[in-house]
Amino acid sequence: MKTAAKPKMTEERLEEIRKAASEPTKEALATQESTRKPSAQGEQSYYGLPALKAPVWTWEVPLYFFLGGIAGLSACVAFVAQSFRSDPGLIRVSLWAALLGAAMCPVLLIADLGRPTRFLNMLRVFKLRSAMSLGAWILAAFSGCAFVALFCFELLLRGFTNPLLTSLLWLGLTSAAATGLLLASYTAVLVGATAIPVWSENRKLLPTHFLTSGLGCSAGILELAGFLIPATQILGFAASGIETVIEIFLEVRKRPVDAPLHHGRSGTTLRIAGLLEGPAALLLRVFWGSVPAGRYAAASCFLIGALLSRYAWIWAGRGSASDPNALFHLQRKA
Amino acid sequence: MPISAFLTDASLCIGCKACEVACKEWNELPDDGFSWSGHSYDNTRALGASTWRHVLFLEQKQSMGSQLAGINGPFRWQFLSDVCKHCANAGCLEACPTGSIVRTEVGSVFVQPDICNGCGYCVVSCPFGVIDKLPEDGRAFKCTFCYDRQKAGLIPACAKACPTESIQFGDLEVLRQRGKKRVQDLQERGYSDARIYDPQDTSVGGIHAFSVILGEPEAYNLPPAPEVPTAYLKSAWTSAFISAAIIFAIVCAAFAL
Repeated sequence: MKTAAKPKMTEERLEEIRKAASEPTKEALATQESTRKPSAQGEQSYYGLPALKAPVWTWEVPLYFFLGGIAGLSACVAFVAQSFRSDPGLIRVSLWAALLGAAMCPVLLIADLGRPTRFLNMLRVFKLRSAMSLGAWILAAFSGCAFVALFCFELLLRGFTNPLLTSLLWLGLTSAAATGLLLASYTAVLVGATAIPVWSENRKLLPTHFLTSGLGCSAGILELAGFLIPATQILGFAASGIETVIEIFLEVRKRPVDAPLHHGRSGTTLRIAGLLEGPAALLLRVFWGSVPAGRYAAASCFLIGALLSRYAWIWAGRGSASDPNALFHLQRKA
Repeated sequence: MPISAFLTDASLCIGCKACEVACKEWNELPDDGFSWSGHSYDNTRALGASTWRHVLFLEQKQSMGSQLAGINGPFRWQFLSDVCKHCANAGCLEACPTGSIVRTEVGSVFVQPDICNGCGYCVVSCPFGVIDKLPEDGRAFKCTFCYDRQKAGLIPACAKACPTESIQFGDLEVLRQRGKKRVQDLQERGYSDARIYDPQDTSVGGIHAFSVILGEPEAYNLPPAPEVPTAYLKSAWTSAFISAAIIFAIVCAAFAL
């Protein structure tokens, strides 16, 4: 009985299939749209499929960029504060921020690895041409220097006076400040020296942005810890001022390659981040900088903005990798 | 040992995907899922961690050589087997922080699976979007140029399986000459847009797996002017040092005032 009914069923089913096939599906229409966009030479990409692989880094990496920036600049602040014989309490908080940051960074980086047990392979070679190899060594060196500096500082605070301890403190502080500046900026070089167009085309801007945002964050942490001194105010002003300039620059300069910085999830997040780090923090300082609440608010704004910005830049990289036409346009233009 | 190379000829490819199958078989690679793409006969879509050969299917509204146009206008169906380019200046190799990615004695770029810790930096450093991280495994994978077979005196599995000699394996210089000759022949026969894809005049400095293609490289998702990302290091570090100096000066000023 079943076999007798089958031909009719098949014929009906075939009609359905024919009908469905004659109408383009939503997916096919979307593909046609994306492939129709011609590149500079009027040539099309391969069905609009990505020509590059998207970054595989998970949530740990942007957080590491954020914490590495804070740790590095905090060590730098501690060194300068000690040089100008500033409040020992401030130096102590800065050094603790540097060391705690340095302690969290490897945990985040190891968690992101595909094979976490092989994390020591990072120190298997020393490659100047690989920003990540250099970064692994910078982080290792920074952690050591920050530990030496904090250890000596805590001992000196507790009344141990020894010329050797003092010179060791200075050695630790100086090298932590130097490696700290590298730690806060190498991450920008790391993303800048990749094949992802939106990153590589912003390779000169990113180090400035990462360092400035690290500076604002380390000053913000000191303010939140209660050091509402003129020095932290000046640093806050400078950082949010530079961030405002960067934000305006990004908004004014409209290049096709920067599309992920203006549209989609990455664009929205970056814009919010830029507003928080730049104008919002700056205006809070201008109008309420004289009251503690205003400074706490400005510091918090800056910290949240800096964290969001790191995520936005990584997401922008994903968007950039999936746009073959922007890549081809860029390469044809050059 | 001589430098090995692949010459993949799009004008000879028939889209049989024997290379894809041979590659998966020999290298014991997992499947990539079983879904239809809607992109002609290409359900593989792209090279990846578990796809080291990928046959592209191009449907173009133009004539193949001097062929006559049908009632629906000119049309050509083109195929090309894509593979890791084994660049002379390889982005992945330069970026690898563990030294897992090395240059072998046959000039190929090889990922040592016992060293790779899956940091993912090679993935964003490949200007051709070839190498990727295999999520189930955690490490990065790409074409090995059948290093194991080459060591045993065999030719790579894809070239061995290719029924039309679209994939040719041999010495780099010999194949470069053969590619040039082939392009010349094709152009003489009316395939005026035949060309060789081998970016030698960019910082990549030429590739060890080049191809003869018809039309613009973009149509094959091949970047027209790929750059090895290390070319960006100098300007990025310069900016980093200048910025660091300015930031340090600001910190000094803040505490001096």
